[in-house]
Amino acid sequence: MPATVDQIFVICKHWLLGFAPAGVQPIFSALLSVVPILVVFPLLFAITTVLERKGLGRIQNRYGPNRVGPCGFFQPIADGIKSLTKEDVVPATADRVAHFLAPLLLVAAAFLAYAVLPIGRNMVVANLNAGVLFFFAVGSMVELAVFMAGWASRSKYSLLGAMRAIAQMISYEVPLVLASVVVIMAAGSLSTVAIVNAQVGYTGIWPHWFVFTPWGFAGFVLFMIAATAESNRSPFDLPEGESEIIAGYYIEYSGFKFALFFLGEYLGMFATSGMAITLFLGGWAAPFSFLTWIPSYVWFFAKLLTLIAGFIWIRGTLPRLRMDQLMSFAWKFMLPMTLLNIFAAGVWHFMPAGYARWLACIALVVAPFLLLGRGLQQEKKSGIRSYRFAE
Amino acid sequence: MTVSFFILAALTIAGTVAAMSLRNLVHCVLALTLGFAGLAALYLQLGAQFVGFTQILVYVGAVAILAMFAIMMTQRAGAVAQPVFTPSRMPGWIAGGMIASAVFAVLAWAIHSSAALPKTLPPQALPSQADAGVRAIGNALMHRFVLPLEIMGLLLTAALIGAVLVAMQEQQEMP
Repeated sequence: MPATVDQIFVICKHWLLGFAPAGVQPIFSALLSVVPILVVFPLLFAITTVLERKGLGRIQNRYGPNRVGPCGFFQPIADGIKSLTKEDVVPATADRVAHFLAPLLLVAAAFLAYAVLPIGRNMVVANLNAGVLFFFAVGSMVELAVFMAGWASRSKYSLLGAMRAIAQMISYEVPLVLASVVVIMAAGSLSTVAIVNAQVGYTGIWPHWFVFTPWGFAGFVLFMIAATAESNRSPFDLPEGESEIIAGYYIEYSGFKFALFFLGEYLGMFATSGMAITLFLGGWAAPFSFLTWIPSYVWFFAKLLTLIAGFIWIRGTLPRLRMDQLMSFAWKFMLPMTLLNIFAAGVWHFMPAGYARWLACIALVVAPFLLLGRGLQQEKKSGIRSYRFAE
Repeated sequence: MTVSFFILAALTIAGTVAAMSLRNLVHCVLALTLGFAGLAALYLQLGAQFVGFTQILVYVGAVAILAMFAIMMTQRAGAVAQPVFTPSRMPGWIAGGMIASAVFAVLAWAIHSSAALPKTLPPQALPSQADAGVRAIGNALMHRFVLPLEIMGLLLTAALIGAVLVAMQEQQEMP
């Protein structure tokens, strides 16, 4: 019975596929795989906006949305109707074609990334041999969309935001890819399905997730930091910086195009979180061997919501970085750490299993962390801050 | 030679032609990106997943952005370039066309006479080969071409660390 519940969506798909004539079956099969993703993740986006606003409200000691529907949970519907009925203003000097194409390209690229995410057992749209590479390739298309949006608007704020966004995305894409290299080394495959399968299995009740190794843990933390920067979220929200450049690259957009930018941003955040789950947190695998009766897709979405909660928490807690801090953090801390982490993963692979390997790898990860942290701290010559108050 | 091949080929050629003939430089780069994406799609259609995705990652994700940055840094956005087709430029067009066709002829001759290309393609052999593409590239890189790969990797890592060091020194001089 648990096996049936686990595979219920796969079984449903095959049952529906039986009704289609043989000629259209490939197209129908593709549609049946794609449409649920086009429905589920925008819905998740709608729910997340409410949860985020309510969570931020709690952190900032206020209520958040609580007027529309029970506890304000119909707020996204109101927002959607509002953005659909607003006037679509295009600046007079804007480059109309690029201005129109930018949000479409952004959302299309964000949706493409879901093609390789295994949402459950046997539940992946395309099991590509180069799945991880595909993910990063479509992720890099987002930068182009952001640039088009910023440049086509012909506004100083837009251009500044786009410049900031691209500088940040290119800088943090390097650690993002390098942090995931350790998993590709360990699993010996670029296919997301093979990577998840390498993590299914238990020692006693404990799972074989990559996050439970020294290099895996370091890689997970580095990946999540880089993912936060890639999705332009606080504390890396300089491209949008409401207090400095109002909304950055999408300031000149209104109506549903503005909503599309938000959708693309959140879809990107979900996709990179999903990738982090696939690479480090065992994908759809259950955290303990006695919980495997719970369906696989439930575990995937539970992990996804946990990571989103972490994102919201960080957004409510940390202040925004400065541009030079952002850059020096990427190139002086993230990059050396990811390179050393790859070395640690290599040492782990070639040393015999046992405590010596654990100690060596932990030393290889912790020592550079401490040394780099100390070194960067001394370079800044920062002491205890002294406050002066008006008398 | 299927319908999708002709659509993709037309898209690629249209993108690259537009990249040479449009008057706004940023539009040129966007059109060139379309050409790059079309090439990547052509690679994918041939079953070369790794090459296709790397094409998107490197050219659409990095080279196009780099070109954009170069244009933004060197001239004012929206400045209109000189028209491309003028009578005074005709000798240049003829010379350029002759050089291009000569390069194309040499390339076509080299590819046609090389041993890598089988004279008769086995029918429907591509999809099964496609599954082994990434693994085959990995094996080739790790066995036969491991020394060039290591040297390239060392060179790129040195360049990366060098760039970071240059940036560090600049910042120390500033205060």
